[in-house]
Formats: sequence, C-alpha cells, structure tokens
Amino acid sequence: MEQQFDTSKIGMWLFLVTEVLTFGGLFAGFGLMQNKYPQEFVAAHEELKRWAGSTNTVVLLVSSFTAVMAVLMARTNQGKKCAMYLWATVGFAGIFMCIKAYEYSVDFSEGLFPGKYYSHHGDLIAGSHGYATFFSFYFMMTGLHGLHVLIGMVLMSWLAIRARRGDFSDKYYTPVDLVALFWHLVDMIWIYLFPLYYLIT
Amino acid sequence: MSTHTEHAESPKAEAVKYAATLFVLLILTAITVGASYINFGSGNIVIALTIATIKASIVGLIFMHLLHDKPVNAIIAVAGFVFLGIFLMFDFLDVDSRTNPQPTNLHTPPAITAPAAGAPATPVPAADQRKE
Repeated sequence: MEQQFDTSKIGMWLFLVTEVLTFGGLFAGFGLMQNKYPQEFVAAHEELKRWAGSTNTVVLLVSSFTAVMAVLMARTNQGKKCAMYLWATVGFAGIFMCIKAYEYSVDFSEGLFPGKYYSHHGDLIAGSHGYATFFSFYFMMTGLHGLHVLIGMVLMSWLAIRARRGDFSDKYYTPVDLVALFWHLVDMIWIYLFPLYYLIT
Repeated sequence: MSTHTEHAESPKAEAVKYAATLFVLLILTAITVGASYINFGSGNIVIALTIATIKASIVGLIFMHLLHDKPVNAIIAVAGFVFLGIFLMFDFLDVDSRTNPQPTNLHTPPAITAPAAGAPATPVPAADQRKE
C-alpha cells in the first residue's frame, strides 16, 4: 500500500510538471508581448479591477488552507471533518468563480474582448494591436485557470461525498492527497497570474 | 504499516503550522498589493515576481508537503521549474535579437484619427512601428 501511495504521488507530480510547462508557455508568450507593447499592456491592465484580483487571491489562498486541512483530517481518520473542509474548499472555489464571472461580464460590456473582437474605445494609442493582444492573453490564461478551478470543484465534491461515507483513513487517503496537490498547483498558478495581470506598472 | 512516517508532529501542531502558513501568505499578498502602488520603476516587476516566487515556494514546501516528503517528488518539481527556466531564458534572449512578429489575424481597431491623405491603403499603426 505504501508503495502504491508513493507511486501515485510521483505520477501526480509528473502531471503537475506538465501543467507548469503548459502555463509556462502562455507566460512566455505574455512576457514577449509585454516586451513588444509595454505602454499598451500597462494601459490595458488599468481596465482590470484590482480589488477583484486581490479578493480572489485571498479566496484561493484560504481554499488552499482548507484543502491541506482536508488531507490532514483524512489522514487522522476524521472523515466528517475531511468532508467539511472539502466542501469549504469547493465553496471558496465557487466564490472565486463568481468574482471571475462578474469581472468577465463587466469586461464584455465594455467591449474588452480577445483578439479581433476587441471593440473598446478611448485607448491611449489608437489603432494599436497591443490592447487586443493583452486581452487575448488575459482571457486565455484566466480562462484556462478557471477551467482548472471547475475541474477541482468537481473532484473535491466527489471526494467530499466519499469522505462523508468513510472511504478514507490513515491507511488509504491517496485521492484526497492527490486532488489537494492539484488544487495547490491551481493556487500557485494564480499566485503568478495575479501580479502579472493586475499589478504590472 | 505507516504511510506517514514523515509526519512526526501531532495533528494539532500540524493544523497550527498550516494556519500560520496561511497567515504568512496573506501578509505577503498585502505587501505585494501595497508595493504595486509605489513607483519603483522597473523594480516593481522584480518585487512582484520575487514575492510571487516566495509565495509559490511556501505553498510547495508546506501545503504540498515537499519539505517533509520523499525527495523524489521535490526532484520532479524542481526539474520541471528548471526546464521552464531554460525555456524562458532562451525565449527572452531572443527578444532583443529579432524583429517582432506581427499578429496576422487581427483587424485594426477603429482609429480615432483618420489616416492622412496619401497614407498606405492598409494603415500600419504608429505603435507597431516603434521597435522596427
């Protein structure tokens, strides 16, 4: 059993590395375009709501804490508390998605669309592709991140039901541990997305 | 059989450790937001990314248990970031030694000032010519 647990964990870490490289490619593209359109990127980021990004950072950090507590509870044979912490994590993830949906709807109403659909008026440098490029990257990266949040919510709801049923103990808590690892990676990616998109100057 | 020999602390001590970690992460978030309101010139991005890296390391070491886990997981994680670093390094070496690629699938957004008479049929935005 212990060997199975260790092997599963190594597999999970390998998967997380592929995730890091996926997002790494997007970060590289963002960096290159920021280098190309420095003024437009700084101007475009002013359209994002800093309070929303900051709140979402706090929400995700707290959800990471509840996720690690769920692992601790599973490992110490406290299935009900484990389920409670998992539902709390799902709840915080839901708050994150609601704030994100609000941000997107405000962006769309202002014509802040990705790529060729960009129709925002009053930009400092008229006719520049820089603004549209910024929002292409913004929606691609936060959208992919949001998809990960949704997947994490589904997985943790499933685990919460199983934890409530008493499936996990100090002998077997592999799924809780691995999903928590995935959740921490999602948090880690947001830790980089937040300053790069909301705080650049 | 114990699958968690590496966890010597009591569950309660562990919970306190996680809560303290969360507290540190929230403080760092407050610092990074605060620092963004002060103009350090090009130092801002360095500060923001340094704090982000500290936060990511704390999450990796404590929340993802890399500190107390079997070293093979940490080796995989670090290797991933090393390869990402190599990728980014060559990317940004490239930035100053090449002309910038132009996206081709974009319509030029409506310009506020009409192009001057005699301008090319496809107006090339002034902003895109800066670097050439």
